[in-house]
Amino acid sequence: MKFIDEFRDGDLARHLAAGIVREARTDRVYRLMEFCGGHTHAISRYGLTDLLPPAVRMIHGPGCPVCVLPIGRIDQAIRLALEQGVMLCSYGDCLRVPASSGLSLQQAKAHGADVRMVYSISDAVQLAQQNPQHDIVFLAIGFETTTPPTAVAVRQADALGLKNFSVLCNHVLTPAAMRAILAIDGVQLDGIVGPAHVSTVIGSRPYETFAADYGKPVVIAGFEPLDVLQAILMLLRQINGARAEVENEFTRAVTRDGNHKAQALIEAVFEMRDSFEWRGLGSIPKSALKLRAAYARFDAEARYGVDYRAVPDRPGCECAAILRGEKRPRDCRIFATACTPEDPVGSCMVSPEGACAAHYTYGRFREQE
Amino acid sequence: MKLDLRNGRVEMGHGAGGRAMAQLIAELFAKLLGNDYLAQGDDGAVLPALPGRLVMSTDSHVVSPLFFPGGDIGSLAVNGTVNDVTVMGARPLYLAAAFILEEGYPLAELRRIVESMARAALAAGVLVVTGDTKVVEKGKGDGVFISTTGVGVAREGVTLSGKQARPGDSILLSGSIGEHGTAILSQRAGLAFDASIVSDCAALNGLVEAMLDSGAELRVLRDPTRGGLASTLNELAQQSAAGMLLDEAAIPVIPAVAAACEFLGLDPCYVANEGKLVAICAARDADRLLEVMRRHPLGQNAALIGEVIADSHAFVQMTTRIGGRRILDWLSGEQLPRIC
Ligand code: SF4
Repeated sequence: MKFIDEFRDGDLARHLAAGIVREARTDRVYRLMEFCGGHTHAISRYGLTDLLPPAVRMIHGPGCPVCVLPIGRIDQAIRLALEQGVMLCSYGDCLRVPASSGLSLQQAKAHGADVRMVYSISDAVQLAQQNPQHDIVFLAIGFETTTPPTAVAVRQADALGLKNFSVLCNHVLTPAAMRAILAIDGVQLDGIVGPAHVSTVIGSRPYETFAADYGKPVVIAGFEPLDVLQAILMLLRQINGARAEVENEFTRAVTRDGNHKAQALIEAVFEMRDSFEWRGLGSIPKSALKLRAAYARFDAEARYGVDYRAVPDRPGCECAAILRGEKRPRDCRIFATACTPEDPVGSCMVSPEGACAAHYTYGRFREQE
Repeated sequence: MKLDLRNGRVEMGHGAGGRAMAQLIAELFAKLLGNDYLAQGDDGAVLPALPGRLVMSTDSHVVSPLFFPGGDIGSLAVNGTVNDVTVMGARPLYLAAAFILEEGYPLAELRRIVESMARAALAAGVLVVTGDTKVVEKGKGDGVFISTTGVGVAREGVTLSGKQARPGDSILLSGSIGEHGTAILSQRAGLAFDASIVSDCAALNGLVEAMLDSGAELRVLRDPTRGGLASTLNELAQQSAAGMLLDEAAIPVIPAVAAACEFLGLDPCYVANEGKLVAICAARDADRLLEVMRRHPLGQNAALIGEVIADSHAFVQMTTRIGGRRILDWLSGEQLPRIC
């Protein structure tokens, strides 16, 4: 148990918070983006902002895989399930994202689609083995952390000679999203709390360009509350010292070069898409992956000819601006009224890592203060 | 022919009302749960007149697996209903039990379950006075389901209700949370972790008796079962139209449960308990009540975990271990199925 408590110790937290208060100048504001949904969740779950001085403002980033998936991508999955009759598998959160005509995958199920919730892609492979008469499609989403398991599954399906398994691939790349955020006109960001799990795969090197070319300090941090506080302190020190470097708070898991084996696996199975549309960030060149030609028969998009059609977000939904770091959940007029975790309107209210869901679940009492 | 309690199995005839059923009742239920009322053998039990207001509660039990560390569906079916009557401020006296058995279920296991019920009833000081048995075809049930209904007499002058929490009141918890739910999960296929977690399944009437005897101004008692502590507190906040402010560090969680929850991605505040209670009392009586609770074996780790505050939104808030504040919300999404 010690291994958990160490990172959630109240005294240490107060000590770090005091350090942040001492470090923060009172004549300026520090705008820090936590890139990952995991950080957003930790900040809300532990009420971290209560420990920060007013000068430090945390801005939610786009690092929530379910949130950044545009409606058109869920539509593709729904079309596959409803029109092509495949057995569509995905994670629980993906099934609840509202797509076109108010339909989610879960609701498509009520309309007769065969939609299954799975805990991992290997469950989907197993379903394919058990149901040779059915076509199984796994809706794969996520950043670099979830890509290696997809690669493993595709290779496994290949080795097993499975003819009824394919992947609707929506794996996206963290550095591309970060660059897109920094390239936004008039972006006001002083530093970035960098990804935890993603960085264990890709390492810290890919962020060096953001320090060198964009002058933004990056501190890679774990998902525990003390990690986040420590990273904030390190960012403040960089900013006050006019430094812009990539620092690593999460040394217990992240190296500069990352996990070579996982990278090789990704490289072997996937190749770069020319461009990919993100919710909120629009089309970003070279920001997502697709299966290599050698594995094309496992590529559901090619196999079933379901093309991607862009669809605008639902009216009133501010997810796009929130994912760009321009707005906060409370700026959305339908937050906690028409849009709740039980009945989400936008994707940011679906996953516990989404900014709106985290704020609703843990922080909505602040609206009344 | 005698009932083969060693190798026999539940047959359709055991629920058909004929001789087989009569034999099952006589040789298993009446024998193990035996008391004068059950022995009457009529369609219902005729009970003596009871003094005071009656409290009645009912609960169905579908736990899977049927046997788990610290209990089984039999003890759970007794304790669950005993506790529901108890937290109304009443002394539970009688239980009715209805069994739905699946054809083919081993009679030896059924006997273990009924024995466990008998032990639990004896420990809680209640009598199982009437019952029913139905059998469903193989594949239509899951071994055994048990519904129990309990009757008790409310203590004079005591009115407990979830509506009675008032700003300033103290919130007490009788012990560490999350043990029942994690003990069940630890038994489910594929989740073989720390086997040291034992369900807290127990009858709380002794503890509550002591609490009522203390003379403390008790306003609310409730057992945080399905949905855990968080769901119970949200229910109470809503019923009382008041908020709550908890101190996360004060909520007892044993290390094995904390580790299991971490592994499973669960928050112990949402995990079921079967032998714990939440008490809300006037702040001036909190210390006294806490002392009484801690003297009882089921309240040794009792703790003051927070206070009721004025809040028209009825939010349950919590000061986190690291000093921030957050909501402890209703459980959203799926609960763990078949936990009780
Ligand atoms: S509250 Fe709902 S609709 Fe509004 S931005 Fe958040 S997720 Fe989108």
